[in-house]
Amino acid sequence: MPEAGVELINVTKKYGNVKAVDEINLRIPAGSYCCLIGPSGCGKTSTLRMIAGHEKASSGDILINGRNVTDLPPVQRGTAMMFQSYALFPHLTCLDNVAFSLRMRGVGKDERRAKAKEMLERVHLPEMAERKPAQLSGGQQQRVALARALITNPSTLLLDEPLSALDPFLRGKMREELKRLQRELGITFIHVTHAQDEAMALADLVVVMERGLILQSDSPRHVFDNPNTPFVARFMGGHNILEGKVSAAGTVSLADGNAIHVNEKLPAAASTVRIAVRSDRMRLMPTDDLPNRLNAKVTAVEYNGSFVRVGLMDVGGADHSLMLSETDFYAHPVALGDSVVAGFQADDVHVLAN
Amino acid sequence: MPPDIAIPDVTTAAPKGAVVTGRTESPALAAIMPYLQSLPLWIVLAIFLAIPICMIVVASFWDDQATGMVPSFIWDNYRDALGEWVTWNTYLQTIRYAVIVWALTLGIGFTVAYVLAFHIRSSLWQMVLFQVCAIPFLTSNVIRMISWIPFLGRNGLANQFLMDLGITDHPLEFLLYSPFAVCLAFVHLYTLFMVVPIFNTMMRIDRALVEAARDAGAGPIEVMRHVIIPLSLPGISIGTIFVVTLVMGDFITVQMMSGGQSASVGLIIKNAMSLLQYPEASAQAVVLLLTVLLMVGSILRVIDIRKEL
Repeated sequence: MPEAGVELINVTKKYGNVKAVDEINLRIPAGSYCCLIGPSGCGKTSTLRMIAGHEKASSGDILINGRNVTDLPPVQRGTAMMFQSYALFPHLTCLDNVAFSLRMRGVGKDERRAKAKEMLERVHLPEMAERKPAQLSGGQQQRVALARALITNPSTLLLDEPLSALDPFLRGKMREELKRLQRELGITFIHVTHAQDEAMALADLVVVMERGLILQSDSPRHVFDNPNTPFVARFMGGHNILEGKVSAAGTVSLADGNAIHVNEKLPAAASTVRIAVRSDRMRLMPTDDLPNRLNAKVTAVEYNGSFVRVGLMDVGGADHSLMLSETDFYAHPVALGDSVVAGFQADDVHVLAN
Repeated sequence: MPPDIAIPDVTTAAPKGAVVTGRTESPALAAIMPYLQSLPLWIVLAIFLAIPICMIVVASFWDDQATGMVPSFIWDNYRDALGEWVTWNTYLQTIRYAVIVWALTLGIGFTVAYVLAFHIRSSLWQMVLFQVCAIPFLTSNVIRMISWIPFLGRNGLANQFLMDLGITDHPLEFLLYSPFAVCLAFVHLYTLFMVVPIFNTMMRIDRALVEAARDAGAGPIEVMRHVIIPLSLPGISIGTIFVVTLVMGDFITVQMMSGGQSASVGLIIKNAMSLLQYPEASAQAVVLLLTVLLMVGSILRVIDIRKEL
């Protein structure tokens, strides 16, 4: 088991009587890229701020590289934080912004300016050294914030929604750059986001949170393929959730009368169960080779270039999506309002916990 | 085909009609429109600011004779005003008051604004405490000043209290009708003018900046020195301009609280006016105006306050 970079043990954060974070346990391996993900108010930012030392944990312990830092101020934790709004000092030049923490540590003027210059070169902004943050674009400000956070050689970099203020094109570029930097530096990155695509693209470890609890934490691929609750399946996206009753024969009978064959373990017979099927693993009939079927009406057809999204509504009124390859769709095109049958393999059915 | 004919009719004709009926003014009128719209402000400024100042400047060059002012262009009034040792001494005293009062109001005002802006978490309490600071200012200056007199006087509350405690066995004379009393009244009257602009600037400081500084290893003193004070400078300079101009132009506070023992530039002007020496009063007023403008100008050169306006 790799060494834990950051470890949370029974960490709770209360604001008054409200539990923002409820006794969570988490182990983030050193040198990994971890994404905390969840809807707003799920406790992900509170968790990050407790790791940074900007919020005090109401109870529990926070360990960084094996050292208990629960009661230490931010500066003694070996962490650096990159703020959502970047929080660059508007009255200082970029160079002085980057050099700020060295100045606080009493490093001489020439030395800290030389180091800050080096850091600005690392984020490809040496020519902006003497400008004020207000004269920079959003993407440039972010690089300066990154340089400022990295200059003290932190063991852990904490990023609070770092990409949310950027336009989609820059977001993609910065995403690559963050991943590259993390690999080069070999330090732990903990990144808070509400965008699941960001988490999947970046993370070694995805932590899905809701209402102060960790619902699932694993590699992005595992979380996406095996979401453990309907919430995780919906939040990660790309899943259709079907509800049915477990029959005596070991299948799931849906409201439309179809029996779904499942290879995973099912709960006791006659109980209600929810199952998830990835939307790219469903196809439209005629597909005689697929044992599982779902009757539905077409509610949307969206051409997306490499794939076509078909929106369906089943007899119970639940919405589903199918991602069909362009070739598959145009082999048997469907139109709005058509009654169709969607099919899928027993292997592609994932049983969700309630 | 009918649709081909109908569509151009609908799309082009209707907007055209709207344009023609909606905007009938000529380009020339459009060019002077912004000036016309700001005309009321220019009229107000002209009547209440520019014309009175021009009249004072003009009067300062008139001749002062026993029968009254005579239109003229002479420098005698300025020579009289600036040639006297008393004038220079009075300016020195007034500037000394301004510096002392500025330092005290800055210290108190900054602290009050800082506590209000950064340490009172609930915005309701912030408003309540801010009102507590502001409400006394609904009463007049003179009343708030006079209320010090029974308190500070020879047999006033302050002296009674000090004697009861045994700190002193005879009434302290310097409490009232002294430079001390003048400064006390000034600080009391004008601290709010420091609190409000500094509070405003501080409320605009992003709280994340304080956290970012703490994250970078700054302690409370460094946060104050490297983040809060530099970012509060515009508010500090606006407050400074208020306090300095108010103290420089004051005559009533100095007269009442010093018991007539202390002079100020404002008092010189007031005395000249009560002797009906308007040209001399005008000359003094022009000199005072230039002095204050010089002080304000040098503050503005150091600190950029445009972001606050």
